[in-house]
Amino acid sequence: MAILGAINPMLSVGLDGDNAWRLADYVKRGGYSALRRVLEGKLPQEQVINEVKKSVLRGRGGAGFPTGLKWSFMPRSFPGDKYVVCNSDEGEPGTFKDRDILRYNPHSVIEGMVIAGYAMGAGRGYNYIHGEIWEIYERFEEALAEARAAGFLGANILGSGFNFELFAHHGYGAYICGEETALLESIEGKKGQPRFKPPFPASFGLYGKPTTINNTETFASVPYIINLGGEAYLDAGKANNGGTKLFSVSGHVNRPGNYEVPLGTPFATLLEMAGGVRHGRKLKACIPGGSSAPVVPAAAMMECTMDYDSISKAGSMLGSGAVIVMDETTCMVKALERLSFFYYEESCGQCTPCREGTSWLYKVVHRIEHGHGRPDDLDLLSSVTSNIMGRTICALGDAASMPVQSFIKHFRDEFAYHIEHRKCLVPVELQRAGSGFFKASV
Amino acid sequence: MDIEIDGKLAHVPDGGTIMDAAQQVGAYIPHFCYHKKLSIAANCRMCLVQVEKAPKPLPACATPVTNGMKVFTHSDLAVKAQKGVMEFLLINHPLDCPICDQGGECQLQDLAVGYGGGASRYQESKRVVMYKDVGPLISMQEMTRCIHCTRCVRFGQEIAGVMELGMANRNMHSEIVTFLGRSVDSELSGNMIDLCPVGALTSKPFRYSARSWELARRRSISPHDSLGTNLTLQIKNNVVMRALPRENEDVNECWISDKDRFSYEALNSPARLGKPLIRIDGALREVEWNVALDYVAHALRDIARQHGGESIAALGSPHATLEELFLLQKLTRGLGSGNVDFRPRRRDFSTDGKRLGVPWLGMKLAEISQLDAALVVGSFLRKDHPLFAQRLRQLARKWGKVSLVSVSADDPLLPLHARMAVSPADLPVALAAVVKAAAEQQGKPLPAGVESVTTCAASQAIARSLIEGEKSAIFLGNAAEQSPYAGQLHALANALAELTGASCGFIGEAANSVGGHLAQAVPTSLNAYEMFARPRKAYILLGVEPELDCHDPQMATSALRSADFVVALSAFADGAACDHADALLPIAPFSETSGSFVNTEGRIQSFSGALRPFADARPGWKVLRVLGNLLELPGFAYETSEQVRADITPLAEGFVGGLDNGLRESALSLPGKAGGLQRIADVPIHFADALVRRAPALQKTRDAAAPAARACAATLARLGLSEGATVRVKQAGGEALLALVADATVPPDCIRVAAGHALTATLGEMFGAINVERA
Amino acid sequence: MLSSQSIARIDREIAKYPADQKQSAVMAALAIAQEELGWLPGEAIEFVAGYLAMPPIAALEVATFYNMYDLKPVGKYKISVCTNLPCMLSGGVDAGEYLKKKLGIGYNETTADGLITLKEGECMGACGDAPVMIVNNRRMCSWMDPEQIDKLLAELK
Ligand SMILES: Cc1cc2nc3c(=O)[nH]c(=O)nc-3n(C[C@H](O)[C@H](O)[C@H](O)COP(=O)(O)O)c2cc1C
Ligand code: SF4
Ligand code: FES
Repeated sequence: MAILGAINPMLSVGLDGDNAWRLADYVKRGGYSALRRVLEGKLPQEQVINEVKKSVLRGRGGAGFPTGLKWSFMPRSFPGDKYVVCNSDEGEPGTFKDRDILRYNPHSVIEGMVIAGYAMGAGRGYNYIHGEIWEIYERFEEALAEARAAGFLGANILGSGFNFELFAHHGYGAYICGEETALLESIEGKKGQPRFKPPFPASFGLYGKPTTINNTETFASVPYIINLGGEAYLDAGKANNGGTKLFSVSGHVNRPGNYEVPLGTPFATLLEMAGGVRHGRKLKACIPGGSSAPVVPAAAMMECTMDYDSISKAGSMLGSGAVIVMDETTCMVKALERLSFFYYEESCGQCTPCREGTSWLYKVVHRIEHGHGRPDDLDLLSSVTSNIMGRTICALGDAASMPVQSFIKHFRDEFAYHIEHRKCLVPVELQRAGSGFFKASV
Repeated sequence: MDIEIDGKLAHVPDGGTIMDAAQQVGAYIPHFCYHKKLSIAANCRMCLVQVEKAPKPLPACATPVTNGMKVFTHSDLAVKAQKGVMEFLLINHPLDCPICDQGGECQLQDLAVGYGGGASRYQESKRVVMYKDVGPLISMQEMTRCIHCTRCVRFGQEIAGVMELGMANRNMHSEIVTFLGRSVDSELSGNMIDLCPVGALTSKPFRYSARSWELARRRSISPHDSLGTNLTLQIKNNVVMRALPRENEDVNECWISDKDRFSYEALNSPARLGKPLIRIDGALREVEWNVALDYVAHALRDIARQHGGESIAALGSPHATLEELFLLQKLTRGLGSGNVDFRPRRRDFSTDGKRLGVPWLGMKLAEISQLDAALVVGSFLRKDHPLFAQRLRQLARKWGKVSLVSVSADDPLLPLHARMAVSPADLPVALAAVVKAAAEQQGKPLPAGVESVTTCAASQAIARSLIEGEKSAIFLGNAAEQSPYAGQLHALANALAELTGASCGFIGEAANSVGGHLAQAVPTSLNAYEMFARPRKAYILLGVEPELDCHDPQMATSALRSADFVVALSAFADGAACDHADALLPIAPFSETSGSFVNTEGRIQSFSGALRPFADARPGWKVLRVLGNLLELPGFAYETSEQVRADITPLAEGFVGGLDNGLRESALSLPGKAGGLQRIADVPIHFADALVRRAPALQKTRDAAAPAARACAATLARLGLSEGATVRVKQAGGEALLALVADATVPPDCIRVAAGHALTATLGEMFGAINVERA
Repeated sequence: MLSSQSIARIDREIAKYPADQKQSAVMAALAIAQEELGWLPGEAIEFVAGYLAMPPIAALEVATFYNMYDLKPVGKYKISVCTNLPCMLSGGVDAGEYLKKKLGIGYNETTADGLITLKEGECMGACGDAPVMIVNNRRMCSWMDPEQIDKLLAELK
């Protein structure tokens, strides 16, 4: 099954497995009717944007920025080329929802992008697809061909006089290209190094032209908003958190996978849908919004509902909706070491605090994990993170720092134990059993 | 936009940054990656400052100002952020300033003193970066010191126009590299050494030869091309150790070319002439100055008496000082000869006597940035005038439409609006086509003489750009001035300027291409070509090496060989002068004498000697003065070079008068079609004058590769020759053996063979007929 | 340097971008070159740069920035194992160790017969299927428990 479970779904309606992604299936599900409604009804651009504003669709890429507002930043009267870019460079550890959207429902993204192009007066779009999901890139190319052949893309779409071309661009292994300006640099055929902002993409984007970038899921939601109406979409979620959202649940659960639930659904419900903690073990902690989001200890997590506001109140972020579940077999030092390695490895290397700071962080956490920690290392780590945060070109610096700060904040004892005893608090055999890889040892 | 920085008010234009504003009020914000001439990268994060209402510190270099903004550059928040960045910069940077070549002139060292912490909190192992070999000029021995500011990379992309360095890899493994370890070949590459804020990129010839604080600094002016680049010479123990740019926004901005930077090595060459030499029984012998001067004075007086003054000719180098050239012509005229010139590479002198004034650029260098369109005619732009090309590059990167009509399709590394690459004989025709297109577009009568040409898309586009541009300019380059049709090209350019409203001028070949005219070092009788074509009894050579510097080296050398007496005033003892001169008088190069150069925009720049002359060498103006005295000529009672200059031009510092590119009676008449093969001779950048030829590091660059015979594939096919073969290149009795290279930039039916090199000194005219056969 | 099929594929990529933005196709072109040649030798990078009219060093920057390009020869099959946290929690690290033992090589090494190179990868955006690995940058393998790994290795042999 495509999406493992859902409550009041939209995006995943009618998706049962790998055989309903084609144009015909999509149309059967009501696909491209939103585009028809917009183009054949000659909806004013303003009205489309307003509908999206009313829906309080918040960007599904991580920052949760209101999409309608973002769209309204595009200079409508700009005479030259404008671009709409889809961010399918899903690389935030724990996140794997965009892959499934592109795999099972690619036309929803295409339709959303065409509507976005119309609303913002852009004639060209690119979908930047994560390098590691090549098969999905190829499928998206096929979907594009279908849409082109059916007249949903190209010149004079549905006889409306509106032209929109859409192409897929594949990445080749760089997490940072998920950052929107790095992604633009990458499309331009350069290293994926984020740009300093301002200027923002809405005024200086792809090839220096006004550009709007949204996440795959954001675009995919647009047809549903148009069909349902903004208010109904908002109501499907909770105030200030419109609609349903896909949550990628990974880690120590019995049924890892994607679940579509209304924003505001209790975490406990989501955990239950995912089959509960693996082997009935005890929940230790959860990273609720992708690896960059601060970790939340079990008790606090169980109190949360899955929406931007609740998670933020718990001191973390809903981010991309990637829920990484960790049970009692997890060594928090080892977990942090792996995340710190990731940010060190994926730093684009251009700005000093991130380039130097992420490697420093990793080296210290690595040392602690390997029994060479020093008593003042935890203070050093927090001091280094505060020298990184807010001082880098893009948010990767913050993303690298928040896990370090939150892991130490909530699991300081475990780190202190490591430093003092030069070994894990969680017995190694237990850790080994936790992964479930060697079934025999369970 | 009004903004407040540390309580001081600044007013900056919309789009300005906090850094701009800070510079205006004199507030120093620490920085590494920011450089006023480069694009903003904002990657070092050293310039973080506090801005009222902003939750985080912001980089001053990249943050645009907004009205009413309040900035604090030294608040606790700002200083804490700056210190944090400094700590990050230092964790992987070697802390061994005492043994670093950059020590004492390192931005990181300077700032670390103010912002660095005490003991390092970083206990891990430091990053080590492999050294790289990128050629003879830049050392990348210490890449571990790199702080990733990417100034060098941006310099290549933006200023040099060629991206040779890049930052490979990512994260803390990022490193500056060339493509697969290739050399850095840009003619502006040395500027990266200055730009590098740490000791990662250093000067290979200079490295570890002195500490910065041991060096005395002297102002000087580059003696090479016509730009008048401002230099600082750094001296230790009466030896020039290094040449650096002296910033002058109106002239060279903050740049210098590699030639300006590294040719100082020639000043310290073992080939320096340290004692006067005279030929006794066929061999050159060292003598005292008084002996040598007496000998020369006698010889000249005798020849003038026996054969008449006109049997003497004098040729000066356009790289000589104003004062030297003035005294040279005065001496020659005093001997009763009008055969004096300073334009050895010129072939066509038809505008002599018709010029309305001294030929010059026609505008100020700084005005180039305001042009809308520019046309360069007959130039190997980048190699002839690296910094002039750089100014045009910046123009073309912004809005300017830059076009090129020349004798090869070399890449000027700037986006061209249009280009025509034609044979030397077709150059006037190509320019005439632009004239015709301009006349047609303007609906004005066609100047007589160009009716027969046909216009093409390129000539029309060029004409249109010149007409449409509110400010446009036509620049005649070296190849146009050296062309056998120089006079026609000049007249055509004037006609085009008239039709389009563009200004017209000469880029000028050498440091004193304008000054030589002011010094009156132009013939009233035989010119630089004729004085060899009709051999004289005696020659006075000032700083020229005729076998390398003359339009027809073969003719010049044979005239010198058959002369009764040749005296060469030279800084070097190793030239062909040793074969044909009867007296060699050691004169001081620019660094060891006072003097003046007048650059292409008419700016007179005087300088004093930066150090004592080498051995017994003497300033050229003094040698000429004494000769004048010995010959009892009137008007040689100068005490100082300033007095000489006062006789030439009343101005102290500033611009000279009398500049005018107009021509009296300039009829246009186009040359007919040339038959057979034509030679195209460029003067390679590092062979262009006596100094640069002797600069060892420059001589190891790619630009100093031995000349080859270059032709396009079509020409090769027609000749039945193939690339790689050694060929015998023949011109008027002389020949040279050269490697044959296929080169698509050479127009058909032409062979490009460089001048200015010993290998081709046996050949004839730079743009004359030429033959090639299998060797 | 490259086959006409590869050139045709590169041309199709170029066509996706505005006419004056050929460089945008550099990632795809390098990937296509790597697919044909098995890895990316300097000449291939230079060829691609020339084909797209960009400086070779700019193409090298790209080739060294994105980690799916192989600037050194690799085995016939390159297996990249995700060991990032979500995968680690579900056996990603163990799968890597298992592979190392089976193949007798470490990460960034190639089996003596030149068949398989092992790499440690970062998040592949498929954490729900952990452990995951990718063969030759193209084929993603999910739920790679010991049995599945054995099967994969048998297939590649
Ligand atoms: C380091 C970093 C990685 C990111 N990765 C992704 C990503 O994989 N996918 C994504 O959609 N957004 C990612 N983002 C967020 C994007 O920059 C951008 O905010 C988002 O694509 C906007 O789309 P939205 O408004 O629809 O959320 C990342 C941001 C940062 C700083
Ligand atoms: S924060 Fe890191 S990833 Fe972002 S621009 Fe700076 S170095 Fe690159
Ligand atoms: S000078 Fe501003 S970030 Fe480097």
